[in-house]
Amino acid sequence: MEPLTEKKLKSLEFMANRLREDVIAMVSRAGSGHIAGPLGMADVFAAFYFHILKHDPKHPAWPERDRLILSNGHICPVQYAVLAHAGYFPVEELRTLRRLGTRLQGHPHRGALPGIETTSGPLGSGIAQSIGIALAAKLDAKKWQTYCLTSDGEHEEGNTWEAVMFAGKNRLNNLTVVIDRNNIQIDGFTENVMPLEPLREKYESFNWHVLEIDGHSFEQIIAAAAEARAIYEKPTAIIAHTIAGKGVDFMEKDYLWHSKTFKPGEAEHALKELRTLGGKIKSEHE
Amino acid sequence: MLNPALHLNPKLFDADAEQRPTRDGYGDGLVAAGDADQNVVALCADLTESTRTEAFAKKFPGRFFELGVAEQNMATVAAGLGISGKIPFIASYATFSPGRNWEQIRTTIAYNDSNVKIAGHHAGISVGPDGATHQATEDIAIMRTMPNMKVFVPCDAIEARKATEAAAHIWGPVYLRFQREKTPVMTTTETPYAPGKAEIFWIPSAGIKKPEVSIIVCGAITYNALAAARELEKEKIGVIVLNCHTIKPLDERKIIECVKKTGAVVTVEEHQIAGGLGGAVAETLAKYHPVPMEFVGMRDGFGESGQPAQLLEKYNMDVKSIVIAVKKAIKRK
Repeated sequence: MEPLTEKKLKSLEFMANRLREDVIAMVSRAGSGHIAGPLGMADVFAAFYFHILKHDPKHPAWPERDRLILSNGHICPVQYAVLAHAGYFPVEELRTLRRLGTRLQGHPHRGALPGIETTSGPLGSGIAQSIGIALAAKLDAKKWQTYCLTSDGEHEEGNTWEAVMFAGKNRLNNLTVVIDRNNIQIDGFTENVMPLEPLREKYESFNWHVLEIDGHSFEQIIAAAAEARAIYEKPTAIIAHTIAGKGVDFMEKDYLWHSKTFKPGEAEHALKELRTLGGKIKSEHE
Repeated sequence: MLNPALHLNPKLFDADAEQRPTRDGYGDGLVAAGDADQNVVALCADLTESTRTEAFAKKFPGRFFELGVAEQNMATVAAGLGISGKIPFIASYATFSPGRNWEQIRTTIAYNDSNVKIAGHHAGISVGPDGATHQATEDIAIMRTMPNMKVFVPCDAIEARKATEAAAHIWGPVYLRFQREKTPVMTTTETPYAPGKAEIFWIPSAGIKKPEVSIIVCGAITYNALAAARELEKEKIGVIVLNCHTIKPLDERKIIECVKKTGAVVTVEEHQIAGGLGGAVAETLAKYHPVPMEFVGMRDGFGESGQPAQLLEKYNMDVKSIVIAVKKAIKRK
């Protein structure tokens, strides 16, 4: 991984903001889909695809690439946006999200779109699939890393904990899981729906190395990924505390935005706010 | 008479005919597949001995993964392996896999087109004393409706070995159905086997004019179908017995060819009559060649504890029930 320079940091910030704009435009055009989760994970996705991952967008099947598996497939608009900007497919294609015949399915499908490693949507099966991919790397003595991005809500699925148990037993040090700890799910706040805390201790007791970070700090996201690669004895879980709806004042931390869509005017308001980075800069689009 | 072209076991009806469970064939086939290709890996969920995964685990410890009692995780971990160049075989009892983990199989194996082979053991009512919780009688239906899935139901240990080895060579998801009890070995290593190609095991003897019913069967109960054919021949009733070991893709051509000759059909399976082999055959015949049809199988009910033979008799899947079904089909012509 190259060092994070001041210049690179600025470019990541601008990229994350661009991803948020795309997400809002894509979902409002499609008329359905999730918004808050993708906005909350825009910084993590920008950091992975533009700094952390070893990958080649022109050769999506490059055998030595790092694998990034998105477990909570419903936040795919942000993954589609980052894949397009990284060069996997034309940015214009983002307009086709959820349309008949599109490669940008409502939930991501392996084989449909370059850069999508696995099909997801039904929750709780991403860590287990990542384990299979990491085991294959071990069997073939390959050095690439497997990253799994998950949500906090899907830690209510039994399959998640079956997988966490197995990875701990097998000391899968080539597996890193990032948990989007935004505290919301469809029916409300996670701690009301089904408490997950103490989440850190849960993972530690299953023999994982655990890091907790601010999921909007590029320095922390990148440092955590570097530390995860350095840990030899265990798989690593990075609990990334994020703000659902990050960047749009009326969406932030409101669980109702987990899955609801825009009313007339709301998307325009959200876009305007993003284009000025919350009033910090003058919009280029005005 | 047994079809002389197929090199079937000539001692099949002898009292001392060799008996082996089809799950043994899985164990043999898995080791053979592992020898042939180092990408073959095996996973099991705390049933390594009874699913016959043990021999593979001993021979290739680095390629065997114990998941514990976690069938959903077994399917999803295998899905990851199967999209990463490996050929994973997962094994448990069919009520748990593909029963409990059906959605994981649908999304992460079938839709994902991951190269995973799913071995469902202890299928059918002949599981016996364990009772209905462990007797899978719905698995063919839930697997054959899944796009991108193939479904193999071998009739004996030798065919089970061939099916397992064949599954390793075929790209993509395959469901293999195995049974617990020792059952007669009907085929030999010489008997032809190809996925998707049904074989006529029984044809009328020289003295019988023409076959009146096609008995289409899968699994170890094929033995009962052959025994019923022998009984019927004593009454001068000629039948064809078609071993339909692949439910999907179904050998429609061979089925229609047989049924055109006989004008009536009886399906026989250790499975619900809804959605299994009988359902698949009925779909084909309704489309191309409708004829009177009778179904031998579970009639929308659960099994119970008991000895396999007692259960097959009580639930109308014994030799006598097949004979009755054949006569009923003839009457309906």
